[in-house]
Amino acid sequence: MAAADSWSWFPALALGVSLLKCLFINAYHSTDFEVHRNWLAITHSLPVSRWYHENSSEWTLDYPPLFAWFELGLSQVARLFDGDMLLVENLNYVSPSALLFQRLSVIFSDVLFIYAARECCRCVQEQKGSRDVLSRPSFVLAVLLLWNFGLLIVDHIHFQYNGFLFGFLLLSVAKHLQNRHLQGALLFSVLLNLKHIYLYVAPAYGVYLLRSYCFTEDHHDGSIRWRSFSPLRLLSLGGIVFSVCALSFGPFIVMGQLPQVLSRLFPFKRGLCHAYWAPNFWALYNMLDKGLALLGVRLKLLEEAELPRASMTGGLVQEFQHSVLPSVTPSVTLVCTLLSILPAVASIWWRPRGARGFLRCLLLCALGSFMFGWHVHEKAVLLAVLPLSILAVESREDAGIYLVLTTTGHYSLFPLLFSPAELPIKVFLMLMFTIYSFTALRKLHSARLLRPLESVYLMGMVAVAIACEVVFPLSPWQHQLPFLPLLVTSVYCSAGVCHCFLRLYVSLLRQEEKHKRL
Amino acid sequence: MQTWSLVSICVLLSVVVRWGVSLNSYSGAGKPPMFGDYEAQRHWQEVTYNLPLQEWYFNTTENDLNYWGLDYPPLTAYHSLICAYVAKWINPEWVELHKSRGYESPRHKLFMRATVLVADLMIFIPAVVLYCLYLTDGSFKKKVSTVFCFLLYPGLILIDYGHFQYNGVSLGFALWGALGLGLGWDALGSVAFCLALNYKQMELYHALPFFCYLLGKSVKLGLMGRGLFLLVRIASAVLVTFALCWLPFLSDPGHAMQVVRRIFPVARGLFEDKVANTWCSLNILIKIRSILSNDSQIYLSLACTLLAVLPSCLRLLTKPTFWQFKLALANSSLAFFLFSYQVHEKSILLVALPVCLLLSDLPLMVIWFLQASTFSMLPLFLKDGLLVPYAVTSLAFLFFSIYLLSPLEHCSEDELRLGAYRKLLFCLPRLDLAQIVRWKFYISITAMAVLSVVTVALAPPPHLPDLFPVLVSSTAFAHFLGSFIYFNIVQFSEPPSRKSQKKNN
Repeated sequence: MAAADSWSWFPALALGVSLLKCLFINAYHSTDFEVHRNWLAITHSLPVSRWYHENSSEWTLDYPPLFAWFELGLSQVARLFDGDMLLVENLNYVSPSALLFQRLSVIFSDVLFIYAARECCRCVQEQKGSRDVLSRPSFVLAVLLLWNFGLLIVDHIHFQYNGFLFGFLLLSVAKHLQNRHLQGALLFSVLLNLKHIYLYVAPAYGVYLLRSYCFTEDHHDGSIRWRSFSPLRLLSLGGIVFSVCALSFGPFIVMGQLPQVLSRLFPFKRGLCHAYWAPNFWALYNMLDKGLALLGVRLKLLEEAELPRASMTGGLVQEFQHSVLPSVTPSVTLVCTLLSILPAVASIWWRPRGARGFLRCLLLCALGSFMFGWHVHEKAVLLAVLPLSILAVESREDAGIYLVLTTTGHYSLFPLLFSPAELPIKVFLMLMFTIYSFTALRKLHSARLLRPLESVYLMGMVAVAIACEVVFPLSPWQHQLPFLPLLVTSVYCSAGVCHCFLRLYVSLLRQEEKHKRL
Repeated sequence: MQTWSLVSICVLLSVVVRWGVSLNSYSGAGKPPMFGDYEAQRHWQEVTYNLPLQEWYFNTTENDLNYWGLDYPPLTAYHSLICAYVAKWINPEWVELHKSRGYESPRHKLFMRATVLVADLMIFIPAVVLYCLYLTDGSFKKKVSTVFCFLLYPGLILIDYGHFQYNGVSLGFALWGALGLGLGWDALGSVAFCLALNYKQMELYHALPFFCYLLGKSVKLGLMGRGLFLLVRIASAVLVTFALCWLPFLSDPGHAMQVVRRIFPVARGLFEDKVANTWCSLNILIKIRSILSNDSQIYLSLACTLLAVLPSCLRLLTKPTFWQFKLALANSSLAFFLFSYQVHEKSILLVALPVCLLLSDLPLMVIWFLQASTFSMLPLFLKDGLLVPYAVTSLAFLFFSIYLLSPLEHCSEDELRLGAYRKLLFCLPRLDLAQIVRWKFYISITAMAVLSVVTVALAPPPHLPDLFPVLVSSTAFAHFLGSFIYFNIVQFSEPPSRKSQKKNN
């Protein structure tokens, strides 16, 4: 074993997980594989002006322009592997070398994530006197980030580039923790132009930078000192954000394609929930609606024929009409999301608590939008899980929340990999990550982290998992109610996510009170 | 961190790696008419399920022995039968007589892979964990590191989960046998070893050390008193195990003889393909197979094998300690691999297992050997389309074993157990042995890496189509011969004293 104060374990962890990723090259991949192949082809063989107009595939380019440029860069290397994957007409093209290239592109772009994880680990406060490498906070954090189960299966089996994108996010968080705010802002604006889903956490960035960077001083009680406003700082921030956006959207504005690009980026034609309900508030809402409708029919209060043909079967049905409760429109979800993040954002405006307070606010923004957002994907839970890892190694209370949130969030990703060949991987990998996070965090904080009810809830999840993955496929209901396991999974998990969201808010408010009493 | 969590993380990771490898292709995938080992195993399920036991080993109208006829001992057949029952329950097409020949489908592949994993989880993995926790020295962390490296040995993973075989079963039973002997449960250990022997006849590679250790121990205890009692107990345990395994075949002596003839086919020649043993390597210089008759080849190889095994076995007989036993296992299986008749390249796994037992004692030489043994099977892996898993698992094993066991810092004379021989060779100039060994290690790893790349990337010259396989096998042979000499030297050195062991840890 290496000496305690050296960092030799970090490359070992990173190399180990990278090699493990290489073993999944031949595993199942979702349609996202074809999505990215198509984008490679579009960016490589079409002029820039056609990028956001091309629609010969159903998977049109719907990420911001910087990501398209990233794909263009990748396609230069892709040529060396297999030129045929770069033809727009070659829909659903898969060859061994194309597969190898696409998988390797994810693995190699993860280098940025590894670097970001390393930077985050350096920001963590080390406990004094712990000699053992295995129980150092930085080691634990490195494992929690690099070996994160969700990221592994979403990126390297399901196929996406989240590791690369989270690399930007974590690196920007690390820069803020190191008080290098301009670099942090630059990284985040690049990130926004790579994938706009990160707009969800933009309020945290905006308010934090405005409050804690543009205002240079506070009163003694922590309230704002308006005189200390620095226009220079605001200008430099604005300049950075503006120039990145100009670089990315500029060409399209010049060509007069901005409306077309934006219509691709924000398609509100999709339904409230994804085909498989993400475990959020709306899953509970849908379930309540379903329950009420069934009850109404039972009690003869409702006519079955009058009910909208709300298909529980999900699948391709994007629109979901509620039968009893009022239907939800995009604007309602927007209002709910804003309301849910408002207290968090207000709290860092009134009582800034440095970069860690910002991180907590970022988390609440991510989780709030996950809870109430429109057409949320289950994968979006990673947006909360990864930053929470940093807080989890530093505070005992956050560690408890982290354990519940990761376990529920990761379990809710199970339906992503539905083919039986990947069943052992997802089960054993999740088991490994969960065992590690529980024992390591417990050792780190040397205390019980879960409340009794939370333990019971997590035990129940094991039962749900066995019922959904093993018992159900063998039971006769499989043909009548094929989507029952998905329903059960998302409803059960949404309870856990809601609980974590509330607990995070409670911890925020409690800190506020503590602060006031002092 | 608690023991159980670290160990279970190691086990889970090794399972994930195994399953990751199993997503790849297998031997003979989509290659009619004969396919490969995968089809052989499936065919045995078909045969054992559909035919009465009396026909399993006989060429009948229903059982064509030329098409992957059963040529392993009864336990393999029983295992196939159990798997066949499960297969029948899931999908009867998989084991339908004659019609299922060459059956391939993703679901069936999944089933076959799962049978390997289940067998591994039941037999091999627990044995490894117990062995490393109870029978290796050192701190708790070192033990866990040993578990990790042992479980990640690429050769076994690639053959069982890539190529497709059930080596984990026979090697696992042999390991249980060694575990039993190490813990002092001699009778149980010999039962486990008999099971191994009845699963794969190649386990004979390990038989002599087991025999010599137990005999030596009995003699030491006194052949008139407790030793005799021990011997009788072991002998009866062995006989009962054998009798139970062979029970259905014992009613007719002719039948049992046919099984034995199937298990030991002498008509198949001195060696097949390119295997890294003496005969194949010698073949580059002298074409033995055309000079000698088949019978004299058998006698020659038999004599050479016995001669090579003899020293280590005699040493074990006189000094029946567990340390000597482990070394004798490695030496005897290496001797068999290098000199015996009809050796497959996959038989190197039989050597790799006992060498793995020495992982925490002689880390550098063991890692070196294990890497060479994986490398020696490269042509096979390439044929099966396992290039990526080969590269990934080999790199991972090399990196993590060097990182966790730090062998390069433990290669002084004392730690390589070469101290005694240094005194004999006093005439040699005083060289820094550790430095030399380290450089040799680097050079050999580089050579293996370069040869791997060259084999994959370059086409051989037209007049030498077998150039690369021959280069691979002779490089591997050089490593194996070197290891054979080294392990013999270590066996004849003084056993490590407790004190120096503690210092090393």
